[in-house]
Parts: sequence; structure tokens; C-alpha cells
Amino acid sequence: MPDIISFLKNYDGDPVTIMEVCGSHTAAIEKNGIRSMLGENVNLISGPGCPVCVTVTEYIDRLIELSLDEKNVIVTFGDLIRVPGSSQSLYEAKALGADVRMVYSPLDTLKLAAEDGGHDYIFAAVGFETTAPVYAVLIKNAIEAGINNLRLLTSLKTMPPVVEWVCENSGVIDGFLAPGHVCAVTGYGSFEGIAERYGLPFVAAGFDGPQILTALYALIKMKGRGVVKNVYTNVVTREGNIEAQRAISEVFERGDASWRGMGRIPGSALYLREEFSSFDAGSAGLNEDRENKGCHCARILTGKEKSSDCPLFGTACTPLSPKGACMVSQEGACFNSVGEKLHL
Amino acid sequence: MNEKITMAHGSGGLTTGKLIGDIFARYFNNEILNRMEDSAVVPGSARIAVTTDSFVVKPLEFPGGNIGSLAVCGTVNDLLMSGSVPKYLTAGFILEEGLDIALLERLVSSMQKTAEEAGVKIITGDTKVVEGSGGLIINTAGVGFVPEGVQVSPAGLCEGDSIILTGNLGDHHAAILGSRMGIENDIVSDAAPLTEMIGALMKSGCRVHAMRDVTRGGLGTVLNEFAGASGVRIELEEDKLPVSAAVRSFAGILGLDPIYMGNEGKAVISVGGEDAQEALHIIQKCRYGERAAVIGRVCGKDEAAEVILKTAIGGRRIIKQMYGEGLPRIC
Repeated sequence: MPDIISFLKNYDGDPVTIMEVCGSHTAAIEKNGIRSMLGENVNLISGPGCPVCVTVTEYIDRLIELSLDEKNVIVTFGDLIRVPGSSQSLYEAKALGADVRMVYSPLDTLKLAAEDGGHDYIFAAVGFETTAPVYAVLIKNAIEAGINNLRLLTSLKTMPPVVEWVCENSGVIDGFLAPGHVCAVTGYGSFEGIAERYGLPFVAAGFDGPQILTALYALIKMKGRGVVKNVYTNVVTREGNIEAQRAISEVFERGDASWRGMGRIPGSALYLREEFSSFDAGSAGLNEDRENKGCHCARILTGKEKSSDCPLFGTACTPLSPKGACMVSQEGACFNSVGEKLHL
Repeated sequence: MNEKITMAHGSGGLTTGKLIGDIFARYFNNEILNRMEDSAVVPGSARIAVTTDSFVVKPLEFPGGNIGSLAVCGTVNDLLMSGSVPKYLTAGFILEEGLDIALLERLVSSMQKTAEEAGVKIITGDTKVVEGSGGLIINTAGVGFVPEGVQVSPAGLCEGDSIILTGNLGDHHAAILGSRMGIENDIVSDAAPLTEMIGALMKSGCRVHAMRDVTRGGLGTVLNEFAGASGVRIELEEDKLPVSAAVRSFAGILGLDPIYMGNEGKAVISVGGEDAQEALHIIQKCRYGERAAVIGRVCGKDEAAEVILKTAIGGRRIIKQMYGEGLPRIC
């Protein structure tokens, strides 16, 4: 490890730009102070792997509309509550009387719904391949328990298609820190085709400091080679978690998704299959994305700009008053860049 | 048994009188309260510290404490942080209809026990009953006497000060969350009155410049307030931060950062650098202070007023204030 730390700190070769795709990596990089450990020629950018950050405004608007109906209770993870829709956030809707509950596991919704037959419980099902299996289990358990006042408003997305979209559209990236949790489900093999097609290295890594540093070292060493390596060996395999993959495909089918700032990406969404449509709170067709005026979320999520290039960053858009989703989420590129701004 | 609070308990009539006599007066029993006058009249001091806090925690009982013990600890610790010696508390109870009277009695008994440990008397109080579903809210106000010459303030940090944390981070936060979520673990709340510890420290002559209890918002928020108020930069070392293994793994699972988790029996103290070892020694000898540690130092005023953490792997991270509610991450 001392050799790797010294290599990264003293690296003065050709500039390299590495994208960490996953929001948990963005947060871990900030938490470990990793940017401060890299030479000037190593540039890290945050990709579209923060589920909250890539959710379009029409989804939030629809969620707010549902929340203001007295017969509904919205159940959600914490981060989503503060994301601005086109006019307000769930937080503001809550102040207007909407019943919004925060849970730590989607499965908590089963108990809530079972104990209160008088309301419809709608889970704001955002996420990637990592959370999709849990939603599949939620639906199956609801069917088994005969619970019919529980629905999902889904904004579920898959990683490989958006990573390919970034390769096609960004043009500045030399390698990817591949998302560890997603790879645990899909297998790191799911990025092999993209690595070959674009001649770019991928390294699947976990979330502790040494592992991230090791992955960055490997990516710099493999620059220009279209290969996938795995340093998260106790969790990730090439094939992934077959059981989780099966759970996803039993309940969900692929479709097109709209990504905040990136537009429509074919085959990048998971929607409930026809036979589970009674659990759908109207997830199809939520495509419109009305970004705040002046917000550069799109260019930041694709790695074309850093947070500090956005004119709103740190002035009109702050963690206390976020204008774009990247500032709301603790995994967002802008939220995690707030500290750096102080040194500019 | 299993008697419940009804609206009659808030009527001001006989039922209210019986509730006060059977529970509040019985446990809080002291010569000032027992006079049952419209206001408590007590001797004073030239400088007094006054504070108030309302307690709304759910669940009402949790591992390591309850809303009653918390209502005493929170206010007592706030008094201590200004360098005062806590003397008196008031207690306002807002009871919801349907509250189990046996539960109320347990909470009141726990309040009295904590007050005794903290060296304060509960000298006046109020009871109201509102519609609801068997919960309660407690407000306590506190009065402390500030000895002559004592000057402790968040604006008092000086270059060269050492930052002492009096024990493990995050225990209360994790205990409450674990209890709410039904996650089995051994974590207990650290809710405790720090009277003995802070009293010993203040008497020692160590140069204590600033103190604050680490409650909501966590260490990160408190230290940012210190840095801002004093216009100094604070440098911390991640390796030195005391966190129990159980809280560390609990926080890891939920995506929480112990630096932003709340405690109810921990203080962060800025002490003149030369006095740091003596102060640490005194704190470690006191109850609730065994795990105290020097976690960082105060740098000069010529740098930006911010809090920097030297991470365990050798990186540097800016510790921001906590934003929003400290919500857990998604994945």
C-alpha cells in the first residue's frame, strides 16, 4: 500500500481522467479524502451512479401529486425527500400535509400497509440493479401476504447502458472505477463488452480507502487497455449473483429510461412486468426533465464539467438550498465537492 | 391496573391534584417543590445561566435511557457547557390521552434519579393533557450558577488549543435508530449528566476555552460552530476519534457517518494545549469519561475557519456542517 500511495501522489505521467460511476464511491472518496492523495495529473470525476441524481423531474412531480392525495402515504428513502421537482420537493409537500414516511428498507412498507388498510402505501422505488431485487422481494411478499394497498412508483435503472452512453458521449474518460454493489449483482463481466468496444479499463472495487486507491492505481497502469479487473474479490464475481438476477427478471422487464440531464437511453430501465401491473403507481412515461435554469447537472453527470464549473454551484445552489439533484444527495457530485470549493 | 391518562387528569381539579401528588410530588419531593406555590422562590447568584429544551423522542424508552432521563441530562449538560454549576430544573409535561400511568411513573422516577446524580432539584412544574395516542412531551428549563471569573464560550478557542472528546461517538443516535427499526444489537444510549466530570475539570484550573455537548448534528456541526465563532481552523485525526465497534458497523450498514451522529452524554472541549494531558487525565478518571481522547488541535487564525480531518489512510477531508436531517444514503 505505501508504494501505491506514493505512486498516486507523485504521478506525473500523462493526465488521466477516471470516472467513479457509483454514488457510494463518490461519497467514499470524499470521506477518505482521496482527492488530496492524488498527483495533479490524476483527475477524478463523478458519474451517473447516484440514483437520486439521475431521476427526472417528472418522476418527482408525479410523486408529489400522489402524496397530496389524502388516501396515499408515500414511503421513501431519505435522500429523495429533498430533491426538487419542477416546482417543489417532497419536503415541501410534506409541509403542506402530505404523509411521507422515511424507511431504511423497502420491506418496512409491508408492515405499514398491513396495519393500515385505509391508505394506499406507495414506495418511491428508485435505484439500480442493487435495490431492484429488494423491490422484487417486496412485491412477492405482498402477494403472499395478500396485501393489496401497496404500490411502487418506479424509477429503476441499469448501469451498463448508461456507462456505454457516457463512453459514446463524453470523450474525456480514460478509465472507470466500476460500481462495486452493482457488480455484486450483475457480475463484473457485464462491463467486459463496453471495455473492449471503447478500449477503456474498468476496475470493480469496494468502498474502503485502500481498495479505492488500489483500483485507481490499476486503472492508471492499464490506461488504453479494454479490460475489466476486480479488486472487490470477496463480494464480486464475474457472473454476479444469479439468484438476485433471477428475482429481478421475474418481476421486472427492460424498457427505455430518461436520465436527468442525459435524455432517453434505450434499454436502461426496469419496469414492472404486465402480471404485476396492479402494483404500479403509474411509472410509465415519466420522461420530462425540467432542470433548473442555469443548472449544469447534465454536463457534470457526464463528466464534461466539474461541479465548480456550474455557475450556480456554491452560490445559488448549496446543500441547504439545492437547485439540482447532484447537490441534494449525499452521494451527489456537487454535494461532495462543496468542501473543495473552499480551496479554489 | 394499567390505568391511562384521560382528559380529566388535565382538568385542574381533583384528578389533576391526585396525579401530581401520586407521581410528580412523590418522586421530585424537595422542600422547594413541596411548598406547591405559584412559583418557586430560590436563592440566587450574581451570574446565572438559563436554558430550556423540549424532548419529543420516540420511543419513550430505549436501551440506556428514556425521555425522562434525557430531559434531565440534556438541560443539565447545556448548563454545564457554559461553565455553570447546575442548580434547578423546571419540568413541563404535555401528556397525551391514553398514556399508561405506570409508564409515566417509570419516566418520572427515572428523571428524579438522574436529577439526583446531576446534583439538581426539580423545583416547579406543569402538567397538561392533550388529545393523542398515549405519548408525551417533556420540557425542562434549567438554572445554573456561574462562578466568578469563569468565561467559556464557542468564540473562545485559541491557537494551540487541544480538542478533547469525552467518549465514543454516536451511541445515542444508534440506540434510538436501532430501537425504532427493531434492529437487535447491544448498543445503549450514552445519555448521562456530565456534572461530576465538568465540575472536576472546571475546578482543576485547566484553561477551558470552549465546551459543547455533542447532540444533534454531531461532532462535525459542533466543531464548525466553534471554528466559525472563533475564526480558527481545527484539525482532527480520524485515527483518534473514539467510536465503538458496534456503532461503527451499525453506521456502516446504514450509510451514516459517526461524525454527524448525536450523543446525549458527550462533550467536546477546547483546552489550552499545555493543559491538555492534565484535562484528559481528569476526564478519564470520571464516570462517563473513560474513553475520552484528544482528537485534534486548533490552528491559527490566518487560515480559513474550517474543520479538516486527516483521514486514516492519509487523506485530508473538509468536515462540513451537517445539512438537512442526516438522512441515510440509498445504496
